[in-house]
Amino acid sequence: MDIQNLSRRGFIKSVGVSSGSLLLGIQFAPILAATGTDNQNIFSPDVFVSIAPTGQVTIISHRSEMGQGVRSTLPLLVADEMEADWQRVTVEQAIGDQKYGSQNTDGSRSVRKNYQKLKEAGAIAKNMLQQAAAQVWKVSPEKVKIKNHQAHLSGTDKTLDFSQLVAIAAKLPIPERQSLKLKTEKEQKYIGKENIRLLDEKAIATGHTVFGFDVELDNMKVAVIARPPVVFGQVKSFDDSETLKVKGVHKVIKIPAIEAPAGFKMLGGIAVIADNTWAAINGREKLKIKWEHGKNANYNTESHEKIFEDALKSPSTVVRKRGDFEQAKKSANKHIEASYYVAGLAHAPMEPPAAAARITESGVEVWACTQTPQSAQRNVMSVLKIPKEKESTVTVNVTLLGGGFGRKSKPDFVAEAAYLAQQTQQPIKVIWTREDDIQHGYYHSPSYQKVAGTLDAQGKVTGWYHSMVNHPIGSTFDVNAKTADSADLGLGDVMFDVPNIQVELGDTETFMRIGWVRSVTNINNAFAASSFADELAYAAGKDPKDFLIELIGKDQHVDFSKDKYQYPNYGEPLKQYPADTARLKNVIALVAEKSQWGKKLPEGHGMGIAAHRSFCSYVATVVEVSMKNGKVNIEAIHNAVDVGKVLNPDRVRSQMEGAAIFSTSLALYGEITAKNGQIQQSNFHDYQMARINQFPEIHTHIVKSDALPTGVGEPGVPPFSPALCNAIFAATGERYRRLPLNQFKIV
Amino acid sequence: MIKLNINGKEKQIDVEPDMPLLWALRDILKLTGSKYGCGKGLCGACTVHLEGQAIRSCVMPVSAVGEKKITTIEGLSEDGDHPVQIAWQELNVPQCGYCQSGQIMSASALLSQNKNPNDDDINNAMSGNICRCGTYPRIRAAIHQAAKLAREVK
Repeated sequence: MDIQNLSRRGFIKSVGVSSGSLLLGIQFAPILAATGTDNQNIFSPDVFVSIAPTGQVTIISHRSEMGQGVRSTLPLLVADEMEADWQRVTVEQAIGDQKYGSQNTDGSRSVRKNYQKLKEAGAIAKNMLQQAAAQVWKVSPEKVKIKNHQAHLSGTDKTLDFSQLVAIAAKLPIPERQSLKLKTEKEQKYIGKENIRLLDEKAIATGHTVFGFDVELDNMKVAVIARPPVVFGQVKSFDDSETLKVKGVHKVIKIPAIEAPAGFKMLGGIAVIADNTWAAINGREKLKIKWEHGKNANYNTESHEKIFEDALKSPSTVVRKRGDFEQAKKSANKHIEASYYVAGLAHAPMEPPAAAARITESGVEVWACTQTPQSAQRNVMSVLKIPKEKESTVTVNVTLLGGGFGRKSKPDFVAEAAYLAQQTQQPIKVIWTREDDIQHGYYHSPSYQKVAGTLDAQGKVTGWYHSMVNHPIGSTFDVNAKTADSADLGLGDVMFDVPNIQVELGDTETFMRIGWVRSVTNINNAFAASSFADELAYAAGKDPKDFLIELIGKDQHVDFSKDKYQYPNYGEPLKQYPADTARLKNVIALVAEKSQWGKKLPEGHGMGIAAHRSFCSYVATVVEVSMKNGKVNIEAIHNAVDVGKVLNPDRVRSQMEGAAIFSTSLALYGEITAKNGQIQQSNFHDYQMARINQFPEIHTHIVKSDALPTGVGEPGVPPFSPALCNAIFAATGERYRRLPLNQFKIV
Repeated sequence: MIKLNINGKEKQIDVEPDMPLLWALRDILKLTGSKYGCGKGLCGACTVHLEGQAIRSCVMPVSAVGEKKITTIEGLSEDGDHPVQIAWQELNVPQCGYCQSGQIMSASALLSQNKNPNDDDINNAMSGNICRCGTYPRIRAAIHQAAKLAREVK
């Protein structure tokens, strides 16, 4: 396979230059649809492929690479469909541009939203090359077969290379999408195979990648910013005299205070502009700033838990109601209830946010590790007051992302770079230190939940109640948002076949920026729901795996509308992406088989199971733990996953491995707290991550499926922490209903 | 002026003596393969070799380096063909790739001192390197593979 080595120089030179200006040949007329929003359904296949006169194929990667393997997978899908030889393919990272449709790389939907469209893009190119060859040979197109970068004339050994067809193909009309014949799974030569190498593997192994932190522009200065310790706080006064004495420091610039709602706006503060990062960091330390903290300084995470509890005494919103849970309680043989608490979390990608910007004669150029270049573009326009009609003067180049997890969907840091470049009229790179990243994030909210269930005399579940309160993500965009949100992520969409169901939300105020972190509220919702299902199994005296399958019940596509619940289903129609109980039960059965569920375990060991559908994908997890000297050790991890058709099995496995490790970090250590409105954690010593010595091999078992392909970046996260805590219960008899677990001294 | 020996070459840089080696490498010498992750020696993303030993360049002032030889990811091999670099590619270890320079430098330092490490040796040597994407099991497998590759070469 070809290795695309994005050398520093090559990267800066090539990115942002339209391939059309360099490459002749098939560059189809772009069908633009400008809407001003990230519409996931806009698509113009013609913009994804171009072929140079040499036959070199360039395929655009329009989504951001943050470790999920999108650059190694989606361009390969196009190459496969058009029968390009991967050795003769160049992958080019797209700038932010609506002609690509949505580039918003979150929600585990790059494959889900692009599978069909990119197959069509490849098929269009193939179709045109086929027609071009037919013209040369003066035969009908059916006589021409396109294979491995060549046209073959049937019944002869005549061939024409793509390079010989480009000029002719470029003059042909674009075929109708309906006329395309897409490859079947059997006809694929790259997609679905086991040996797909990473596009950037050599660049990574030799240190030649370019992340946001690594961007280097001529005459560039580095900025670090002292941001208000409390959100919506502001600078009362400051003294920069010592800062300006630091060798290498050039300037100190005040960034205006932020006003609610936070959105993706800059947080404000004092920026130190210097020749290099170290001088900027040193200069910032020497600033003397008096802050006006504002009203959020009254917020304390610890005492707010009581407010959460009160909020769920009188929930504001019924999300879903089936039957009558109160009645089920009255007629139940057994009724149990429990409350759960999951702490706030920070994304903490290994690369903190970073962006570079320069003002040019014609506009603004930005380089950023952004998950969403189009909203970064809009954010830059907003901070620099650039009108909509001048959108094309703002170029957002996307670097590699050193992890994202949702943090890099929020382009506040890109606005900072653009603002400072404008203020200084100099190229500026803003870097966030780890402390900045941990203390000024868009946090996963702490959450409090109540779950209750009723059992009949046979131990069958007759009622399910689940309520949740958190600081809503909505509050980041709307100051009036009070009701806990994201009920559609693992709360309302519970797939249990129970006659009486009630799901509710509570209201509360918010005091920090709240955002989405990998799998969002599925993290806490699944932790409570899947832990409580395990509690019910023990209450019923049944094996947790058998109980779970019984609880999910008969094969069906769950009809949420019957319960007056309009389930958004991650933006997909339920008809194409049903909540299919058979698939959920199937991953449970598979993971149970592969993990040898029920086998005799050594003393002090326990196994736990959980299963969860999220982002239209199905994952079941079994964790085996052992307890030694009162501390928990992970002995085995098994995942069974059904993501429909699999494009890149290796990256499905790697995402499941990563999800288990990401989840271990949050389950054992993840806790962001605020005191007087200020985040108390600051770096990896007090916001800890799981380490290599804590993990056994991680096994991923992939269901073979013909269903529409769905994403894998997030769905591995939700079932892990309940499976872990269920395993600890099996080993110890202790039920842990609060995360992180280090508060119980078992870590 | 401070003299440094980086990847076999003498370099002279005009920086404050307390500047951590990481920033000298990245900002002054434009060797950006070594990454910033924490600035406190907590995550290992900045790992380089000092006379063959893995060190955290983010907490090592340039003035403390002296004449000692520094090797960064860019200088680990001529052509990206160090057994660790090869094994990393063969096993598709990286996800985002950001921490991997540091992981590779820690792993290669381990293998230079222990030709045949077991899982515990690897865990001990590598537990200072955080990978947020979660590539740990593959890192362990790739170090075993690299050890095997190195033995085969000899």
